[in-house]
Amino acid sequence: MRSDSETPIPAKSAVLARNLWKRFGATQALSGVGLELQPGEIRALVGRNGAGKSTLVSLLTGLVKPDEGEIIFQGEAAPRTSEPDLWQRRVACVYQHPKIVPALSCAENLFLSECMRRRRLVSWRAMRREAHEVLEKWGVDIDVDAAAGTLSVGQRQLLEIARALMRGSRFVILDEPTARLNGKEVEHLFAHLQTLQANGVAILFISHYLEEIFSLCQTVTVLRDGQKTLDSALQDLTPEMLIEAMVGPGTRVSGASSKAAASPGSGPESTPIQARAAPPDSPADPAQLEVRDLTCRGLFEDVSFEAHAGECVGITGLVGSGKEALGEALAGLKTWNAGSVHLGTHSLPGGDVAFHNRAGIGFVPQDRHREGLVLGLSVAENATLAVTDCLGSLGFVRPSARERLATRMIQLLGIKVASPAEPVSALSGGNQQKVVLARALAREPRVLVLIQPTSGVDVASKETLLSCVRQVAAAGAAVVMISDELDELELCDRVLVIRSGHLTREFERPFSPRELVAEIEGVTL
Amino acid sequence: MSSSALSASTHRPLRALLVKRGTMALAPALVALIIVGAVTNEAFLLPANWITILQQSSVLALLVLAESLVLISGKFDLSLESTVGLAPMIGAWLVSDASLGGSGLLWNPFVAIAVTLLVGVVIGVINGFLIMRLRLNAFIVTLSMLILLRGITLGLTSGKTLYDLPTAFTYLGSAVWLGIPASVWISGALFAVGGGFMRYHRYGRAIYAIGGNAEAARAAGIRVERLTWVVFVVASLLSALAGLLLSGRLGAVTAQQGSNLIFTTFAAAVIGGISLNGGKGSLLGAVAGVLLLGIVTNILTLSQIASFWIDATFGAIILVAQCLNRLTGGERSQD
Repeated sequence: MRSDSETPIPAKSAVLARNLWKRFGATQALSGVGLELQPGEIRALVGRNGAGKSTLVSLLTGLVKPDEGEIIFQGEAAPRTSEPDLWQRRVACVYQHPKIVPALSCAENLFLSECMRRRRLVSWRAMRREAHEVLEKWGVDIDVDAAAGTLSVGQRQLLEIARALMRGSRFVILDEPTARLNGKEVEHLFAHLQTLQANGVAILFISHYLEEIFSLCQTVTVLRDGQKTLDSALQDLTPEMLIEAMVGPGTRVSGASSKAAASPGSGPESTPIQARAAPPDSPADPAQLEVRDLTCRGLFEDVSFEAHAGECVGITGLVGSGKEALGEALAGLKTWNAGSVHLGTHSLPGGDVAFHNRAGIGFVPQDRHREGLVLGLSVAENATLAVTDCLGSLGFVRPSARERLATRMIQLLGIKVASPAEPVSALSGGNQQKVVLARALAREPRVLVLIQPTSGVDVASKETLLSCVRQVAAAGAAVVMISDELDELELCDRVLVIRSGHLTREFERPFSPRELVAEIEGVTL
Repeated sequence: MSSSALSASTHRPLRALLVKRGTMALAPALVALIIVGAVTNEAFLLPANWITILQQSSVLALLVLAESLVLISGKFDLSLESTVGLAPMIGAWLVSDASLGGSGLLWNPFVAIAVTLLVGVVIGVINGFLIMRLRLNAFIVTLSMLILLRGITLGLTSGKTLYDLPTAFTYLGSAVWLGIPASVWISGALFAVGGGFMRYHRYGRAIYAIGGNAEAARAAGIRVERLTWVVFVVASLLSALAGLLLSGRLGAVTAQQGSNLIFTTFAAAVIGGISLNGGKGSLLGAVAGVLLLGIVTNILTLSQIASFWIDATFGAIILVAQCLNRLTGGERSQD
């Protein structure tokens, strides 16, 4: 490792984690992962969603206790997880959403836990002076009296880093710090990190942007399915090798070389949207769903695509690429600034879920607990929530009609439940997600829009859910699958990649996962 | 749904059933109270006494109905008690002679009744606008409205009580139909309609969904803002009606009419199993809560216990009810 030459002779690692195992319920989140950082090392931690990155961070910051394995900070065993104070003096994590109190001044935020611990009364003058010293020492140019809420995202991150260093931590984890920064702020952050590095601070840097990783970090650890697949100095690697470690070897989608995939190195928008090779419907058939130049300012722009009957279109991109917003716009949860959405010959207005639903759009929202289910209500009610107008006359809901429809959906999706009257909160995650899908299918939609439909779902339920989506498409509906899971994208006929709110490229099945991930991450192979 | 709910619940312990059904949970308490009442006072079981209980509960019942709707939708309305005062006050002011503190306009009492109800609607529209459109905090908005409306009520007649009201204006509150006060019939009927609506109508179920998870309701195509706004309007309208019945029974409108009633309203709703977090509870349970408080008041009054102690008893009952809820593993209590 490059940093080896820079560290003092009795090299005690800033952090050394050995053989970490962690299981949550049915999922093995981490299997024997190790990690070592020397003082002054910037190491990248890379992996796709669900690879175990956040579990590893939770273990390294003492939020969660490992089932097995040990963590050593500068030669000392890590404190117990019941002592967050001690952890804070050894390691700090800066999350995407900064953990500060917006209404308090920067100085107060710096000393928030300190003045709780040390002093009975707060000496404002001393606190401001010390805050000033701390910020100066670590080269952070922020007014100590400014309310922390008025700082930019980048400044808040620097404030948080300074707070961590002030507490004595010499190991900092940055969890996707650049996702919400603009180009100049990223440069500023990187310059700051390099200063810290020169002062012997070890940094674990998590990012989806591989270019940043190559420009900032010296070493990299790659996780896949809870296992370490790569641990190496970055100078020996190419982006291709990194992606291979993230996605896995070989070709999981049969016949990995497609027309789209056969043009590597091409920039955005290089692959024109082509007519499908052998569509089940004749090309003259109008599209079931036609999206034209759709723009939601700040979220996505000029998005155009079509989905035909029986076709499954995948849309994928990084967090913050605008893919979820696009799905919500199609479902009627968002209004748009420009463009149009046509369902057959109907034009959809946007911003009216009931109208979109009646026009024939079924919607599986992103987060089943936040938007998908009313946990206190029964399975039957949740499954029929969007179609209560069809279950009786004059707006009254006939319990028998509701039960009949719910029972049919329960059988169709294989929902494991004692009775339709059971509260949905009693179900397992997989079965809950099936209820959300049931709600989306209750009106027999012509277009089914799904956002991450199998996230956090067990393997068996995942299979059922996906095969049900396939059946819906086979029955003549168009499916729009918004996802970043390869398993979900594999069943799509085409996959569109969205980056920073623009559709950049289209892959036709069969496609190579590596090409796809490279396009998502925005690197050229 | 009910048939399968029963079949499903046979697998479960009795406790789960009691917790699930807000109404059933209070049945043992009601029975116990009736036994206590019968033992301590021989007049308790007489039909006349029961009519008194029902009549005295009828106004509270309407308020509890109103508040329950708002609570189930996941919101809050404190201003109902001031609406109970202001709405009939404006009506009475319009029909009263200037020498009695009224406007001297001497409007037709039927028009005045319509205006009374309209005042309720207008208050509900304002509440809904501030809370759902401007997204202000429901607690603060309705607390301010409570104070503001009470102030207007006092100011309108300089704190005077309006009496000697036209019979047409007091009819609903004082009439007796088939041996039972009209106000009892009205409250009962509205509860029946409301209960059926909340249980079997799509908008009723939508209100439960909104209170349970507004985001999920929105994603299912329910017009959350509009429907909640309507709930505020209906609640204020019911309060105006409650105020009209109360004035009718008393034959007068005092400037303090309805004062402090909101506490009893919340007490009855909470005892009846309506969740302050929204989305849970049944109107049948709320009725049981009203009856429970009515019977307790009646027993204490018959036993000639000083009225000060009635308030203390109410407070104790709420606490005991909540503790029992928690101990029986009730999900209804606040989490």
